[in-house]
Amino acid sequence: MGGCSDCSSCNTATVVEFSGSQAGPKAVAVIGPPNSGKTTLFNRLTGLHQKVANFPGVTVEQHTGMATLPDGRAIQLIDLPGVYSLSPRSEDEQVAHDVLTGRRTDTPKPEAVLLVLDSTNMGRHLMLAAPILALGLPTLVILNMADDLRKRGGRVDLEKLSAELGAPVALVSARRGQGVERVFEFLAGAMPKPAPKELPILQDVPKCRQWAGHVGTQASYRAPAPPKWTRRLDAVFLHPLGGPLLFLAVVIAIFQTIFTVAAPSQTAVDWLIEHSGRWVASVLPAGLVKSLVIDGVWKGVGSVIVFLPQILLLFLFIGILEDSGYLARAALIADRTMAKVGLQGKSFIPLLSAYACAVPAIMSTRTIENKRDRIATILIAPFMTCSARFPVYLLVIAAFIPNRPLVGRFLSTGAAAMLGLYVLGFVVAVITARVLKSSILKSGRTPFLLEMPSYRWPTLTSLGLRLLERAKVFLVRAGTIILLVSVLLWGALNLPYANGHPPEIANSLAGTLGRTIEPAIRPLGFNWKVGIGLLTAVFSRETIIATLGTIYGMDPEANKEGLQAALHHDLSLGGAFALLVFFAFAMQCISTIAVVRRETGGWKWPVLQFSYMTALAYAGAFAAYHLIG
Amino acid sequence: MQLSVNCDLPEALPGSLVDLRQGDAAILDGIDLPTEDARRLMELGFLPGTQITAGRSAPGGDPQVFQVDGSEIALRRETARRLKVRRKKTARLDAKPRV
Repeated sequence: MGGCSDCSSCNTATVVEFSGSQAGPKAVAVIGPPNSGKTTLFNRLTGLHQKVANFPGVTVEQHTGMATLPDGRAIQLIDLPGVYSLSPRSEDEQVAHDVLTGRRTDTPKPEAVLLVLDSTNMGRHLMLAAPILALGLPTLVILNMADDLRKRGGRVDLEKLSAELGAPVALVSARRGQGVERVFEFLAGAMPKPAPKELPILQDVPKCRQWAGHVGTQASYRAPAPPKWTRRLDAVFLHPLGGPLLFLAVVIAIFQTIFTVAAPSQTAVDWLIEHSGRWVASVLPAGLVKSLVIDGVWKGVGSVIVFLPQILLLFLFIGILEDSGYLARAALIADRTMAKVGLQGKSFIPLLSAYACAVPAIMSTRTIENKRDRIATILIAPFMTCSARFPVYLLVIAAFIPNRPLVGRFLSTGAAAMLGLYVLGFVVAVITARVLKSSILKSGRTPFLLEMPSYRWPTLTSLGLRLLERAKVFLVRAGTIILLVSVLLWGALNLPYANGHPPEIANSLAGTLGRTIEPAIRPLGFNWKVGIGLLTAVFSRETIIATLGTIYGMDPEANKEGLQAALHHDLSLGGAFALLVFFAFAMQCISTIAVVRRETGGWKWPVLQFSYMTALAYAGAFAAYHLIG
Repeated sequence: MQLSVNCDLPEALPGSLVDLRQGDAAILDGIDLPTEDARRLMELGFLPGTQITAGRSAPGGDPQVFQVDGSEIALRRETARRLKVRRKKTARLDAKPRV
């Protein structure tokens, strides 16, 4: 252990020994304050070998991964949530504390700790070192963002710092991969217990900061110059007038790009699915099996997979905004608006991520300390236009709204309609929040604290891993829920099977179900075919596309025309708008209902939310059909 | 007509963070908030005796970014009002006196 060799206090340190017969790899925890680059380092160390789950019983995400040492041994890394201290007050801190002290039975007690700190802000970040070193676990103190420190003229004496802390220290740049070999060295080495010269009283924040300052001075730490580029960029992004305008421009540009750039890639995926389907059809003997595979599986699941490129593009943009540091500025600009409806800027990040998917968004509301604010945010999050609504909107808009330029080349009618639906969801969410916060969820305000990280270039690795994770989630859903519903639907469309022929769709089991609910949805401009789609969409929104794909796939007439053209048989323009509004408001997602139940600890809130959203969807669709139709 | 008061600043002028304009610096005196909230602020660097510089803000001036202890933290006015500061005498002396 190079950094520790000349540290006299290490003489008393005991070396932790691992018995050779130990089952499974060593577990090592990764911890650090928010914005310390902890996730970047975790990605760098584990690469593709990671998985995301939830700590059982709480809402904190658990990232674990495998790092392979140069000698081939594997180490299990546990990425703990970003925390400023270990005093267990928030759920994040509680989890970090419990894992590190071995109180969670579901997670192995870490045998060592990688403490990740921002070297450009070492004074404050070192405060977390005190409670970590006090645990007595072998610890490597990692000073991250070494490239920034160097560029901005900061410096630190690693040997002296190591001596002060009684633990090895590594200066790395996780983004560039510099110094990461020191981390591997530590993981492969003997891992001595830390022996700090002194530690402050952990409960006393000023004392902890004093200690951190003292340690910094002893290590001849010179803080770097303020980030010039961050100041320059903030002059633009936080300009009183230019800032909000730029924010709007960024949002519009994202939607426009998704519409124009994604079209060719979508055609490509479409082509792939169709041709693979034809090939499969040519191999299979005609009959029920072929019908199941082609009409049930290929048409059903395929019509959803087509939207993968768009969804990945959306997540790519969200990833760039978040990793570059712009998202925090967006939250700052939006805070006033959030305050007007009684929420806080912290609700903004979960709400923004609800544009991707309500499930992780609802899980991320745990950063809101105020319980009533948190429940209000959970209740309105599903109104945000999630990526499952996106393909439904795309299909209906493409089928019913001719795509013409609206504002020159910058905004087309299709993109404008899509933007309108996003605004609609947002407005209803805001009104709902206002109503909730002035009635059943009234509360005092909690201080709003938001750290503005320095702007950084997003790394390809982080973006790539994000997209991979999203693609996995999407494909797993397509391969499980949507596949299951598609197959069940195919069955319901083929029953009752008589004289070796399937029934007319209208007389099948599914058709009968659709016609049973038809009187209820007729006032919205929907017929029984759309009704079947609405029934299956209760599981997840995009299933309606798979359903319509299967229904039309079995109808030889409609099969020839394609999904968009076939829709015109069953929906008027008014009905199409009603369908869009219905999807904007309704809570059609089993996963969201499940996560709300878990996060709020009972059925009360999810039942209320489901009833309210369904009622609103019905009323909204009714109004849309009668106003336009 | 009164000349700028900045020139006659006493050694320390009591006030709160909301009184700072962009570029102004002051020393934090105390936090007038419940213990838990104050602790959070302290963990982010808002410790008594620390120098705080006002930075940019959202449109309308609320919330505002403050440079403290090497990082930039945004606070709403309602919170910033509870952070009592004393202005350093030198803080605005170099600024042009306004008439």
